[in-house]
Amino acid sequence: MNRFKPSWQAVLAFLLCLASVASGSIAAADAAGVYPYEGTRGLILALIAGAALVSMFRISAILEALVLFIGAHLAAWLLIRGIAGVEGTAKAPFYLLIAAAWLLAWRCVAVLSSIRTGSKQASMALRLIVPTIFGAWILIIWEAATRGAGIPFILLPPPSSIGVRIVNSLPILAADVNQTIFKAVLFGYLIGCGAGFLVAILADRVPFMRRGLLPIGNMVSALPIIGVAPIMVMWFGFDWQSKAAVVIIMTFFPMLVNTVTGLAASGHMERDLMRTYASDYWQTLFKLRLPAAAPFIFNALKINSTLALIGAIVAEFFGTPVVGMGFRISTEVGRMNIDMVWAEIAVAALAGSLFYGVVALIERAATFWHPSVRGG
Amino acid sequence: MDRLRDKIVPVTTLLAILVVAWYAFAVILNAPFQRDLDRRAGETPGTVEFIGKTLTQAKPTLPSPDQVATNFFENTFLRKITSNRSLIYHSWVTLSSTLLGFAFGTVLGIVIAVGIVHVTTLDRSLMPWIIASQTIPILAIAPMIIVVLAAVGITGLIPKALISTYLSFFPVAVGMVKGLRSPELMHLDLMHTYNASPSQTFWKLRMPASVPFLFTSMKVAVAASLVGAIVGELPTGAVAGIGAKLLAAAYYSQSIDMWSALVAGSVVAALLVVAVGIVGRFVERSMGGRPA
Amino acid sequence: MSIVIPEPKQVAAMSEIKNPVIEASKLGLTFQTNDGPVQALANVDLTIGKGEFVSFIGPSGCGKTTLLRVIADLEKPTSGNILVNGMSAEKAREARAYGYVFQAAALFPWRTIAGNVALPLEIMGISKAEQAERIKRTLDLVNLSGFEKKYPWQLSGGMQQRASIARALAFDADLLLMDEPFGALDEIVRDHLNEQLLELWGRTEKTICFVTHSIPEAVYLSTRIVVMSPRPGRVTDIIESTLPRERPLDIRETPEFLAIAARVRDGLRAGHSYED
Repeated sequence: MNRFKPSWQAVLAFLLCLASVASGSIAAADAAGVYPYEGTRGLILALIAGAALVSMFRISAILEALVLFIGAHLAAWLLIRGIAGVEGTAKAPFYLLIAAAWLLAWRCVAVLSSIRTGSKQASMALRLIVPTIFGAWILIIWEAATRGAGIPFILLPPPSSIGVRIVNSLPILAADVNQTIFKAVLFGYLIGCGAGFLVAILADRVPFMRRGLLPIGNMVSALPIIGVAPIMVMWFGFDWQSKAAVVIIMTFFPMLVNTVTGLAASGHMERDLMRTYASDYWQTLFKLRLPAAAPFIFNALKINSTLALIGAIVAEFFGTPVVGMGFRISTEVGRMNIDMVWAEIAVAALAGSLFYGVVALIERAATFWHPSVRGG
Repeated sequence: MDRLRDKIVPVTTLLAILVVAWYAFAVILNAPFQRDLDRRAGETPGTVEFIGKTLTQAKPTLPSPDQVATNFFENTFLRKITSNRSLIYHSWVTLSSTLLGFAFGTVLGIVIAVGIVHVTTLDRSLMPWIIASQTIPILAIAPMIIVVLAAVGITGLIPKALISTYLSFFPVAVGMVKGLRSPELMHLDLMHTYNASPSQTFWKLRMPASVPFLFTSMKVAVAASLVGAIVGELPTGAVAGIGAKLLAAAYYSQSIDMWSALVAGSVVAALLVVAVGIVGRFVERSMGGRPA
Repeated sequence: MSIVIPEPKQVAAMSEIKNPVIEASKLGLTFQTNDGPVQALANVDLTIGKGEFVSFIGPSGCGKTTLLRVIADLEKPTSGNILVNGMSAEKAREARAYGYVFQAAALFPWRTIAGNVALPLEIMGISKAEQAERIKRTLDLVNLSGFEKKYPWQLSGGMQQRASIARALAFDADLLLMDEPFGALDEIVRDHLNEQLLELWGRTEKTICFVTHSIPEAVYLSTRIVVMSPRPGRVTDIIESTLPRERPLDIRETPEFLAIAARVRDGLRAGHSYED
């Protein structure tokens, strides 16, 4: 028994394999009475059951994870490839096998999460691999469910066809990104954050204004500011300027509130220290208070990176020229081209993550000294 | 006394300045159109009369505060609640889906947080995606969610509430993870010396420690939830709700209606945040927290 | 419980002290709090001469830190007079007359050790070349050579506090104000730093005002010990040390040392007697 260490995922996967054998064919027969991809079934079963069995032996964690990874993903790939072209014919064993493969992937992730390494690169790699597998399985299950059950294309297209759509519509997507992100979002983000920052510095010089602005700013941050979108469209017209205006208003207040809070964040002792040096206002500001406020300012920059994108896209729902991500989404929904909508969303998600990631990277470099960053 | 000096006076002063600035901008922004009108009508009004006219246009570029206030008052208190011009009616429609989504979101957020804190696999694999999920401009899919769900026959409250759920689960999940991890090592060691089970540690230490974090994040979540509900009403041709009201007003360029819908949204947001704050303070006090 | 208010002892007359660096007369400071006025300092008369090492000792709330902060112009007295280097405390601060060491190191985490020591030099507009030279010299003085490029959080507590002393020394003020600088450190590190501080004082001939609540520390370091007591914060005794300037650590076991320590303890007790 010592060389044997069963995990519940592997055992359950094994049982699911048995159940799938017992419950008939993978898919319904086609018109000609031929059962599709029944031939690969043995291979799929062998992959899953084999990987499950191997994983139960006492082998090194890396090896176990590797076996599970290959078994689970190869099986999933075979299943999805099999169903392609004969959508909607899947029967119970199909789902049982997908579930079994998913359990193996879960086990794989669990094994990987429990690995403790001393090397920095290895732990960094693990930190990337684990969520990647998780994300991949969201797509796999999405793909398998939509194809297996033959969910109508206009309800939920499978990820693969969204990918095809993205590749085929690159020029349109590029034009939309250019209109929405490089014009409205970037311009509005820079002006909004810059203005919030400057007003915060001004307010800081006048305590009366600071005391008044902070509660108002906090209050406004909770309001559905996005509602000004139609007003801005009315004032500044259909083109990107009105979207930039919405972005400016949305990003201004978080920046203001965070900067004002951050400027008050430096310690008493540090401020007394600057006083013993008879340092003037600007010296104290640049040498002590702004660096101490940096984590707060970056927090606002991160919040705003998401808000800016949302603001620009939603503002486009209220009227745009015939280009832009929000415009594309609302018109393609109307035409029931759901795959195009998803393509646009995937691009928006990618852009949003990149935007956020860049700000987060700059934050890590600039506030390397802050406990939340140096703690890892 | 201190509160009066430190908060109320500065805030009211700034608000007063804002209102004055609003009037000034209303005159400036509405003036060109008014001049146009006057020229066409062949009138040459005096300055005071001209300013008066700019503040009483039917579809001004920027309505004056009193126009918005009058419109808001009429549509809130003078109309029957069932009338579809009543702001209370529209606010209620939005509020109900906000609350439903907020409730879903809070529960979902708490469940996810508990999972993340207790299962390493979830922590490693789910946490990055939760953060990534918020960099996705989710409001962008609002229209699609609603159209797609309508196609399978789900309409009304649920689709809007789902968008609110998506927006509100994140702050709660992140805040709760922080809160559930907030007990100091010393306290956790103490529980360890008692040989407390994970569930005992959870109910007696982690859960009480996380309550302040929960309510702080719920305030953010409820505001986000309202935004979700309003945006959810935009693209669907919904006939009721603050978002629908905004869209209709925008369509007919009824700027006064637009502004008063905006005011209604803000009032609802403020009420929700204050309500969560009060509940939070009540819960914390009943748990022996110091009144802050 | 008898209430005994100690008679003010005859303190060293002002005329005895040459080159006074700090002159306080009838100094008082009353804070307005929500629970009514609190008299943090009352009627403090004190003169400190050049090159002295003066410790302020007393229970918490006796105003020793407040007194130091008044000297540093971090608090304004509500009555009486304070002169530092013959000018008002504010003028002295503006002339950068003193270096101040806080209870915690208060190093800026975003600056390296060298950067932290450079901070006052940058503010005072000293040239880059001169800065580099002074950083090297002061870090040598506190035995931190080789740690220039480290960040504060990469150093131990004792090293951080040494870096903060280097920062206070960097601009060559003749007066060093230290507010319980070693209070948060463990005894072994504290002994070590006490020894180094004495050595530094011997080499530089600076005037040092040192707030502490440790009797051995006060006796070991000081040429004079100012005993203070609370409610209202006031000076109850000033003890001249008879120890030589050269003080190895084991001087703390000599009868002379113990006698002074006993006097300080008596002074503290007297100040406390009417309280409980």
